Amino acid sequence: MAATRTFRVLPGFNLTLGYTLGYLSLLILIPLSAVFLKTFEMDWARFVEVVTAPQVVATYKLSFGASLLAAAINAVFGLMLAWALVRYSFPGKKIVDALVDLPFALPTAVAGIALTALYAKNGWLGQYLEEIGIKVAFTPLGVLVALVFIGLPFVVRTVQPILEDLDTELEEAAASLGAQRWQTFRHVIFPILLPALLTGFALAFARAVGEYGSVIFIAGNLPFVSEITPLMIITKLEQYDYQGATAIASVMLIFSFILLLIINGLQAWTAKRTGRDR
Amino acid sequence: MAGATTMHLGGNHAARFENKAATSETPLVKWTILAIALTFFTVFLLMPLIAVFVEAFRKGWETYVTALVDPDALSAIKLTLLAAAVSVPLNLVFGVAAAWAIAKFEFRGKQFLITLIDLPFSVSPVIAGLVFVLIFGAQGWFGSWLIDNDIKIIFAVPGIVLATVFVTFPFIARELIPLMQAQGKEEEEAAVVLGAKGWQVFWYVTLPNIKWGLMYGVILTNARAMGEFGAVSVVSGHIRGQTNTLPLHVEILYNEYMFSAAFAVASLLALLALVTLVIKNWVEHQAARSYRDTQESAS
Repeated sequence: MAATRTFRVLPGFNLTLGYTLGYLSLLILIPLSAVFLKTFEMDWARFVEVVTAPQVVATYKLSFGASLLAAAINAVFGLMLAWALVRYSFPGKKIVDALVDLPFALPTAVAGIALTALYAKNGWLGQYLEEIGIKVAFTPLGVLVALVFIGLPFVVRTVQPILEDLDTELEEAAASLGAQRWQTFRHVIFPILLPALLTGFALAFARAVGEYGSVIFIAGNLPFVSEITPLMIITKLEQYDYQGATAIASVMLIFSFILLLIINGLQAWTAKRTGRDR
Repeated sequence: MAGATTMHLGGNHAARFENKAATSETPLVKWTILAIALTFFTVFLLMPLIAVFVEAFRKGWETYVTALVDPDALSAIKLTLLAAAVSVPLNLVFGVAAAWAIAKFEFRGKQFLITLIDLPFSVSPVIAGLVFVLIFGAQGWFGSWLIDNDIKIIFAVPGIVLATVFVTFPFIARELIPLMQAQGKEEEEAAVVLGAKGWQVFWYVTLPNIKWGLMYGVILTNARAMGEFGAVSVVSGHIRGQTNTLPLHVEILYNEYMFSAAFAVASLLALLALVTLVIKNWVEHQAARSYRDTQESAS
């Protein structure tokens, strides 16, 4: 790439790149570095003490566990929904397709109170679940429900375009060679979908770990039971424990960075596998 | 990371698969998948949406209207509009500049720059609020200087605007970068060779090509800006009538057990979400049409 030093015909490279870097540094990079600089003010022993306090560790378990589970649920059902949207005709399909993006458009606080109303003891769904002994609102299960809601579009929207691009020839060839429908899916279609499915899973997971608004209403926020990590940061802030809040934030940030790199790798893999550039 | 939020030019594909035995499932399998998928959709997406409106009108129109014309609600609406009115243009200019630099030129570290632009997507909104507290809060980097000069950023409107700009930062850039990369730079280069100035090239050549993608990014940015909760909640201080946005107002009403009022305000935001989805679909439709037109005129 370095060998092709060509004369730039188009104007504005220095201006636009300079502006991009300046704006990015000022609004994102310098503010984010504040988290790490503040964390470095603590000594190591204190840092470890804060980020491994039992109550904080309980929030990691819930946040990461529920997020993984929610992303897995979305991977399974999101794939089915994407499959139905691409392959089948049914009445109201356009509306279903449009509403899949609802979690992107609906403010998280609204989603949070709506889900709480649905799953509370006297709610539309909560009253029946209560009868069979399942409590959702104000338990870790409620956290899971909220995280499934906000992660749903990620899987559908990453898998859907790949499904749409699939050639019918592949499946016809498999069928003419004697493959059962399930074998065709398992050995022909699924390997093509896998990178996109994993990307959607990772995106839903990343979003779920940091999610706050939709969770806090339905979670009940009991220490050691239904408290998520972002709420722990808020709680520390409200107690004016800035160092504690920042220490936990830096743990979450490092995790997000690693996840971001994994997602970039997955997207590159998707592009390579399917020839799409996004 | 924005893969799932970029424009998706669908179209009907079902006919292609449904008419052939080799590419369709047995009716039993098909109806099972469809039933599971639609049940999942109904329970997790449709019912929460309907619940907002049902709860909002539970105590009748009068309560509904009272909740919306309440002075605190009105001031929350104003602040929400202000936050969106600042963050959309700021991130629009940035998005266009970043996409121009990245799509039209080659330079080292480009992929890394794209990753950095994606950062705010993977940062928890709570942390997005926290960073500005660390910088501008009373104990922050500029805390004492701001107090001496009587400037309030945290627990005031500027903090809310900053947090909103942070969380909506990547949307437009991430929409435009792949779009402009796919379009290449031949058209712009031709315009320059024919004597067009920089701005003319952008205005008459680039902009018409990217207008739908741009609009798509603006809609998403606006929806997120008006609906942001976590980041804004950290920097707001929840001062009624002053630093409350609509989502924060919903939270306050809800925590005070004024459920109908909370859902009334929430229904306003849900309506905004629905309008966003309608415009988004319309933009995708337009973009697909103009894409088809260019394909046809090219062949």
